[in-house]
Amino acid sequence: MHPSKTDDTLMPKAFYFLAIWVASLIAVPTTAHAGLFGNQLMVNGAGATFPYPLYSKWFAEYQKLHPDIAINYQSIGSGGGIRQLLDETVDFGASDAPMTDEQLKKAPRPIVHIPATSGAIVMTYHLPPLKSPIKLTGALIADIYQKKITKWTDPRLLELNPELKTLFANGVDSDILVVHRSDGSGTSAVFTEYLSKVSESWKKEVGHGTALRWPTGIGGKGNEGVTSFVKQIPGSIGFVELVFAKTLKLPYALLENPRHEWVDASMESVTAAAEGALKNIPADFRTSITQVNAPNAYPISSFTYLLIPTKPAPGDHGQYRAILDFLKWGLTEGQKLSPALFYAPLPKSLVERILKRVNQLEVAK
Amino acid sequence: MNSHSENRGDRVFRLVLYVFAGIAFALVLGILVFLWNLGWPAIHQLGLRNLFSSEWNPPLHAFGISPFIFGTLVSSFWALVIATPISVSAAILLTDLAPRKFGQVFGFLVEMLAAIPSVVYGLWGLFVVIPWLRVDVQPFLRNHFGFLPFFQGQIYGVSIMAASIILAIMITPTITAICREVFNAVPQVLREGVLAMGSTRFEMIRIAVLKSSKSGILGGMVLGLARALGETMAVTMVIGNTADLSWSLFAPHQTMASAIASEVAEANGLHLSALGVVGLVLLLISGMVFFVMRSILVKKPKGAKR
Repeated sequence: MHPSKTDDTLMPKAFYFLAIWVASLIAVPTTAHAGLFGNQLMVNGAGATFPYPLYSKWFAEYQKLHPDIAINYQSIGSGGGIRQLLDETVDFGASDAPMTDEQLKKAPRPIVHIPATSGAIVMTYHLPPLKSPIKLTGALIADIYQKKITKWTDPRLLELNPELKTLFANGVDSDILVVHRSDGSGTSAVFTEYLSKVSESWKKEVGHGTALRWPTGIGGKGNEGVTSFVKQIPGSIGFVELVFAKTLKLPYALLENPRHEWVDASMESVTAAAEGALKNIPADFRTSITQVNAPNAYPISSFTYLLIPTKPAPGDHGQYRAILDFLKWGLTEGQKLSPALFYAPLPKSLVERILKRVNQLEVAK
Repeated sequence: MNSHSENRGDRVFRLVLYVFAGIAFALVLGILVFLWNLGWPAIHQLGLRNLFSSEWNPPLHAFGISPFIFGTLVSSFWALVIATPISVSAAILLTDLAPRKFGQVFGFLVEMLAAIPSVVYGLWGLFVVIPWLRVDVQPFLRNHFGFLPFFQGQIYGVSIMAASIILAIMITPTITAICREVFNAVPQVLREGVLAMGSTRFEMIRIAVLKSSKSGILGGMVLGLARALGETMAVTMVIGNTADLSWSLFAPHQTMASAIASEVAEANGLHLSALGVVGLVLLLISGMVFFVMRSILVKKPKGAKR
């Protein structure tokens, strides 16, 4: 008689059913995978932001040579890159700090670390113009970031930098204002790994990682956030990638290395650190090159890695092959593009070792 | 007869409405389930006691989210303290004191504040408010009122004070708009009555307007609070993003929203899961505030009863 009557009981039921179905779609993240796009082979990667300028240059140059391959790289941060690689939503990942054993265990396919290039982290600061850059030791940096040294006129700072005394002679506020990263980042991980090496109290109370409980200071987002705070706030100190300091012409400190040399961050001093560490680099390349005991080695140096599975994904359209070819190119021709962008090329003998590993991947395939 | 064809149209129409309404309902449900799934490993492995501790230290696997809850509540509290008197005054001016023409223009300008994107507030805060706080305001406060716990510590400019000021400006239009409606709902007769008793204009506003609008003003504040709690972009840009439990207004802090926005890109495993818990707690707090607001606002303002 009245079809609407039955509707009234049916519709709400359908409504709840539909709602729960849609809700389940929303609640579960979807996964997508790369493939062929037109007749171009799409290869997807994601990860570290620090090497992004170099990688995008590499991909662009590589595509000129191989128009049939398009490498798409999302610089979403090392952690995000590792996450996406473990979820198998990308073909390769990239990270500044090596993956932990725990993370490696979660990988559906075993993962190999391929060092791609190296860089440095510098201490930049906002002080009135000085004749020469200030000098800092690892212990001093750790104490500044742990609130144990709070004034630029601290005797331990003045001892190395007598010039500071004249800057703050006339009662100018000499508070040291600490700037760190607010976002999780590979840069923070390398920086705090260094501090953990040079300071016992840092190691015990703060530790190292991509996101931390910073004992003091304010957080800026990204290298650019830290840079803008340091530029804005007199008396501040912050850590940024060498690439940033160079392109923005920021002042940065000379650091003391284990040989008690005062080292300026440069491509040479980073490569020196990598060379000094060579014999200690393990077979899986997961290592740190901070605080390396070698002549002229800059103490806060680091590799950045491409993360490659040891075998192709099921349903591979040729992406794996393309990645291996690209790696071989990046490790040889690609290294020549590094210096122009302020990245330090990898030492020759290391490149040979890595190429050997890449070739093994091909055989294994 | 022709009711049949009408019914078919009605039925299709109703189906469409149910589908769209269903999507809205499903979104809320789906997001809740998503956050719960994301947060479950942290809740399960760490337990609520650890999750609500004050130590957030990812490298040491300490994921206590109370510093973020603290930062969120404190910044929103100070924003309300700043915004409420401004909003109530503006609303009184608009309803009772200003000439109609002026009221229209002024009212429009206040409402315009709501149209400014939050990232623009953040930029303005970064380049105007923060230097002003660092150079003028905070040194003055520290020199003269440094004995109070609110005005101690190092001066970065970037601080919970900056965040509260920005938030206050952002929620002012919301509170003003509600207060204006509420004050307009106070019957003219009531105002005239109080004036006829020989009171001054100020007394009239206090007795007739403000007293009878208490719950309405409160409702406006809660609505403002709801906006302040979840605000992310502008706050992240000026608050300094450091988990801190200090009462000082000079100190950097971290809110729940800014913590998620800052850390999610690099988070893995338990860390990511703990951020899911932060999101869940934020959603629950916002939901509670929303619920309180409804229960206040649905009641009619006292003066409008008759």
